[in-house]
This record gives sequence, C-alpha cells and structure tokens, in this order.
Amino acid sequence: MQKAHIPNLAQLVEPDRVRREVYTDPDIFDLEMARIHERVWVYCGHASQVPNPGDYCTVQVGRQPMVMVRATDGAVHVLYNRCPHRGAMLCGDRHGNTGAFFRCSYHAWTFHHDGSLRSIPMMESGYAGTRWGRDNPDCQVRSAARVQNYRGFVFASLAEDGPALEAFLGPAKIAFDDMCDRAPEGEVEVVPNCFRVVQNSNWKIFLENQLDALHPSVTHQSTGRAAHDVELEIERHTGKAPLAYHMLSAFSTVTIDKWDNFRTLSYPNGHCILTGYMGLRPRDSDTLEYERVLAEACGEKRKEEILTTDIHHVLLYPGLSVQSPLQQLRAVRPLSVDRTLTEIWHFRLKGAPEPIYRRALAYYNLVNSPATMINADDLENFWKCQQGLSSQGGDWVSFHRHHGSDIARDDAVESAPGRGTSEAPMRNQMKAWAQFMGAER
Amino acid sequence: MAVKKMTNEAAPASTVRSSVARPSGSRKSAATAGAARRVAVGKTIARPSKPAKPADALALQHEVEQFLYAQANLLDGKRWQDYIDLFTDDGVYWMPASPEHTTWDGVPSIFAEDRNLMAVRMKRVLHPDAWSQRPLWGTNHVVGNVMIERVAPREIDVRSRFHMMELRRDDVRHFAGSYLHRLRSTEQGWRIVLQRVDMTNAQAIYDYVLQVWV
Repeated sequence: MQKAHIPNLAQLVEPDRVRREVYTDPDIFDLEMARIHERVWVYCGHASQVPNPGDYCTVQVGRQPMVMVRATDGAVHVLYNRCPHRGAMLCGDRHGNTGAFFRCSYHAWTFHHDGSLRSIPMMESGYAGTRWGRDNPDCQVRSAARVQNYRGFVFASLAEDGPALEAFLGPAKIAFDDMCDRAPEGEVEVVPNCFRVVQNSNWKIFLENQLDALHPSVTHQSTGRAAHDVELEIERHTGKAPLAYHMLSAFSTVTIDKWDNFRTLSYPNGHCILTGYMGLRPRDSDTLEYERVLAEACGEKRKEEILTTDIHHVLLYPGLSVQSPLQQLRAVRPLSVDRTLTEIWHFRLKGAPEPIYRRALAYYNLVNSPATMINADDLENFWKCQQGLSSQGGDWVSFHRHHGSDIARDDAVESAPGRGTSEAPMRNQMKAWAQFMGAER
Repeated sequence: MAVKKMTNEAAPASTVRSSVARPSGSRKSAATAGAARRVAVGKTIARPSKPAKPADALALQHEVEQFLYAQANLLDGKRWQDYIDLFTDDGVYWMPASPEHTTWDGVPSIFAEDRNLMAVRMKRVLHPDAWSQRPLWGTNHVVGNVMIERVAPREIDVRSRFHMMELRRDDVRHFAGSYLHRLRSTEQGWRIVLQRVDMTNAQAIYDYVLQVWV
C-alpha cells in the first residue's frame, strides 16, 4: 500500500542518480518488500542443506518467515512458517529435522511436508458444525506461490505470476553453472556452516558495492598492504606464499587504475557480472591434479572452457552475491531500512580433490567469516553511507561514473574497454528497482 | 614442527613455516600502538613434570593464572606484537565455527591463524587506512574459572572462562565463552601452542564483525 507521503516514485530514480530517500525512508522499504522481495525470485537455500526427509531450514523472504523442507518423496517445499490455527511458527530453530510431519508446539496440529493438514486433535468432535474443516484451504500451511530449483539452488517467489526462474535469472544463471561445472561431478554440496553478519545499512548499499571496482584498493588498502608485507616475507624465506595471501594482497597490488581493466556486464532484472580472475589457476601440483580429474570427467576441451570462464562474481538481484570460482555466496536479507543481514555460505565441488576445497575455505575464513579482514572496512563504509544519506547534506546519490559510455549488446550492457570502474552495474540495479517498484518514468 | 598439515592449502592458510614474518617493522608498528617494552609473562619456574606436592600445584595454578591475566592485559592494551609473541613458532589461534569441531583443519573457522596470519591482522589494524579502526575502540577482558586440565612433561592444557566487553564508537558488545590454552614450557616461559576460543555467542548473528582476537 502506497502511503500518502511517499514521494512520487518516478521522481526518485534518474538514469545516473538516485534520491537519498530510496535508502532511508521506512515506507519505501515496506514498498520494496511488497513489490520486489515478496514478488521476484529470492534465494532460499541449497537442496543439500536438507538432504533427508523432514530436514528443514528457516529463511526470510522479504518480511515473510519461511521454511524450506525436504518431503518424504524427495521434493523440496517452501512454506510459510506459520500454523494456520493461531499463527504460531511451526519451526522455531534455524534448521533441524521435523520428522515424518510438522507438529505445532502450541496445540499439536500436524501437517505433511507439503503443508497439507494431517491431523487436528479431536477434530471430528471439535469442529462439528463449524465452518472449519479438513477441506478448507485455510486449514493448510500456506506454500510459497512458486518454488524452483536451478542446479540445486532453491528459489521461491511469493507471487503467482512472473517469469519462470531461469527466465528471470537470464544470462546471470552462469553464477550457478560456473560453480557447478567446476565440479567433476557437475554439482556442489553445501559446507554445513552459515556465517551471519548484520550490516547497519540499507540492503541496496551492499548490492551496489558488489560490482564497485573503484572501492577495493581504497577500502581494503590496509588489509591488502598487510597481507602483501607478510606474503613477501614468507616468499623471502620459503619461496612461495600460500594463495590465501595473494587473495588478500591483490586488494593493494591491483592498484586503483588497474581496476579499470575489469569488465562489468549488466543484464535485465538488475543482475550483473564483474569479470576478472583472482589468480585461481596457478600451476601447482594440486591445481594440476584437479584439472586432470576435471578433464577426465568432461574432456579436455570442455575443461578449458570451464576454467577460462572469466568471472569474479555475479550479483543476482535483489539479494544474492555469488563468487562462483570460490564456491561462496552471500544472501542478503533486508531487516529494516537501515539493517541488513548477510548469510554467507561455502560449497564443495563434488568430485574435486580436497586441496581445491581447502583453498577456497581459506578465502571463506579470511574474507567471509565474522572475523573478516576485508568486510570489516566495507561495513564501516556502508554504515557511513547510511548516516550520510540520512542527512540533509544532499539529495542525490551519484552514479555518473562513465555514464553514457556503456556499450549495449543484445541483452547486456557492458562497461566500455578500460572503464571497468563504470557505475553501470549500479545504474542497472536502480533501473530494475524502478521497474519492479512501478517507478519508471 | 608440530602443525599437522604442512600443505599450502591447509587451514590456517599460511601454515608453511611459521613465524617467518616477524620483521622488525612490525615490531616498530606495534610499538607505536603502545607496545614499547617487552613483557615477561609466563616465566616458568623450575618444576617436575607433575606437581607432586600441593604447594607445587598451587604454584603452577598461580603461574598459569598470571599468564592468562597478562595475556588479557596485552589484548586490552592493544600490544599486538607482544600478544603474538606469546605463541610458539607453530602456535595457532583458533575460534571454531562450531563447538563440535575438534580441529580447524578442513572446516570453517571464525579465526584459524598461525603467526603469519596474525601478523597480517596486526598490520591491518595498525595501518592508518584501516577505516573501521578509526573510531574509538577498546576492549576489557575478564578471565576466570582457571582449571589445569592436563599436565604433561612440557605441556599443559588450561581451561578458563572469559568475558570480553567491547566499545566501538558508541556501541557496546559482549562476548563470552571458554578458552582452552595448550601451553608449552620454553626457555622464555610459557608459550601458547594452541589457543582455542569457544565463544558462547560464536554462532549468533554478528552485529558488525570481530576485528582482532578475542
């Protein structure tokens, strides 16, 4: 419901700038939840998080508490985490196993894994003569309107209508293809751990940072320098420092001007890709062994195609940042206009040698854990943005960088050569935002 | 060396040859943060492998407690290099992602750092462009419930409980849990082979992140 004081949405977004209220107005946030997060495809989790019948995990879709559950027949359902009786949540834990059916802790109503009613205590006598009964659809646990799975990654949409998942993802589904194809068995499985970190800033600030190639060498200078110092010291003593140091030191050794050499690709629905490979194809014996196993599984030619896929990471609007070459993703759960939860997961390439997993694990620990040496400074900047945008010191957020020079090809908009720091991905996200919000000019 | 996995990919990621990265530069930067003098913590007294008499046991208990208090003092005093120097060359600081984990090897960890990675963390927080370190920031550790769980010829395992209050900008956070210190008797005194930190709120949502060791 659009409240009276919300400014005309169409005036909030221009092709190269955005009004500050878009990040700070709680009413606009509510509208975003209703029109974006509770309509489009939102990532719920990976099927391997719920391997056995009755396994469930809870997840927030927009403002809705949902539960993703594996049914006895193997299907994965996404239900509202709400008993139809008096409204109690059915699952109070983050994850667990519900057994052969859900059982509400309040009055013992039970439900099958697909949400259909199984039993109500003393149902015949209790509800005779009332308009409540087994055939009443309100007796069922409500299900997400649509649930689809792409290569094991489960998404839900709370709207009946709209494009199918693959159509919605478009070319950006390469995030999952790139991740899964790197596995000799063609699929990944979740590492059973979720790091959860709250950012005190609007959800869009995080997303806009994901393809912001201008920020790494500035924001992460301190960690990049520190890692590089130690990396050189180790090299002096042993000749070779572990890859983890390179992953960190790149933030300073790739200087600000070099980031222009990266490319960004922007797609419909707000999805974008940042290219650039973080040196993950070294010639050490572990990598060579992995490449041998991969070639055995899919052939030499295909192996080369897979390993030369040029992706740093992929942003799937409105809430998923996937680093496919490192098998990690961050799911964004907006909590309020100025608070955002990130859920950070790591996946194992099935069939790949153990060292390949460990290499990515080092990145997961160093960059994505709650003791991260990288995101610490991002979160500080996000908070500062949120504070600054709440002020009357200016009305607009600028996305002008290289505006007008982006190259449109087919469905994609590409940053011009040598202009990788273009703010095209931010412009693309706000374009999608305006479309979803009904705020197009 | 005692560290179990020597491959480059083993976590902690830098377990190649520990403590190669203790350049004088980092000393200097630690000094700028107020760590000007060396600390004599955990100075061992001569003792048999097992404290035979109650008096020996008391002395050991006292010594270990003093070591833990001194360690807390170094952290609260931001004397990072002195803190790192409490670790043996193969020492590891580990905060498991799950209390069930028995090793950092091959599983996610909140921290899994040998001396080299600890040096990275120290150098980061001392760098003038560590933006998140600019605001007022400080901690206060209280350590107690100190129990010596295992006594071996040159090593002991010590369990303790900690409570750490942190102030950052205007926000106060509390972290609490248990330490397990595996201490080795060396010529310099007790040194940490492993500091395992099981934070009770380790698996809770983090409002912002942890920047240094708890």
